[in-house]
Amino acid sequence: MNEKNAAGGFELEAMLPAENVRANVSVNSWQQAGDAVGQLLVDSGKIEQRYVDQMKQNVEEIGPYIVVAPGVALFHARPEDGVLEPCLALITLVEPVEFGHPENDPVDIVIAFGAQNKESHIPALIKLAEQLGNQKVIDRVRNAKTDAALHEAFLCLSEDCFASDS
Amino acid sequence: MIIATLCGMGFGTSMMLKLFIDDILKDEGIKAQVVSWDLGSHKGQDADIIVAPMDMERHLRSSESKIVLIHNLVDKAEIKQKVMEAIQSLSA
Repeated sequence: MNEKNAAGGFELEAMLPAENVRANVSVNSWQQAGDAVGQLLVDSGKIEQRYVDQMKQNVEEIGPYIVVAPGVALFHARPEDGVLEPCLALITLVEPVEFGHPENDPVDIVIAFGAQNKESHIPALIKLAEQLGNQKVIDRVRNAKTDAALHEAFLCLSEDCFASDS
Repeated sequence: MIIATLCGMGFGTSMMLKLFIDDILKDEGIKAQVVSWDLGSHKGQDADIIVAPMDMERHLRSSESKIVLIHNLVDKAEIKQKVMEAIQSLSA
C-alpha cells in the first residue's frame, strides 16, 4: 500500500517498494528496457499493460527527451493511460542501450513511474530529482549487484549518502 | 513574468524542471510564475521564457518566447545558470 504524507502526497519510498527494483537486467533495445521496467509495475498491480505500451509510444512520437541525464531514462505516460496506483520502478542494465538521445546515451538506469494526477506524486518527484542529481547516489546505483543493494542505494536506506567523505 | 517548463506530457520532466526553477527563483528572490506545460496544450499559450529538454528544440521553432534548452535535467547548476541568463536578458 502507498502511504500518503501529511501534505497528501506520495513519498518516493512508498512508491518504490523493494519488489519494484531489479539490478542487472539484460535487454537489447530501449523498447525492451521499457517492457522490463514496466512489467514490474504490471506484476504488482499498479498499472495496466496498456500503460507500458503508451510509455514506449510516447518516446516514438515525442522523442528521446525522457533520457533526462547521462545514462538515465525516465519512462512515463498519462494517468488516464492506465495508472491504478501512484508507483515507480527502477532497473539497471547489464549492457547499456541507445535511445537516440544526442547527448545522454547510452542508458543503463531505467525508471518508470505512474502518476494519478499532476500533484500527488510531487514529493516523490522532488526526491527522485535529488537522487538522480547526486553523483554519489548514481555511482552506488551503478555498482549495486543485487536487487536489495540497488533499492538501498537508490533510496539511501542504509547510510547517509549526503555525508561528506572528508 | 511567466516561465513555462515543457515536456511531452506535463507530469514528469516539466514538473521536475518547474520544481527546480521554483527553488532557484526563491533562492534568488525573484518573483515569477512557473507553469508546466505539455506539448499538446502549450500552443496558443504565452510565456516570457520556455524551459525545455534540449531535444525538444524542434517543437519550439515557431515560438516567440525566449527558449532555454537544458541538457541534463537533474543538474540544478545548469538549470540555474541558463534560466538566470534568460531572466537577466529579458530585464536588461
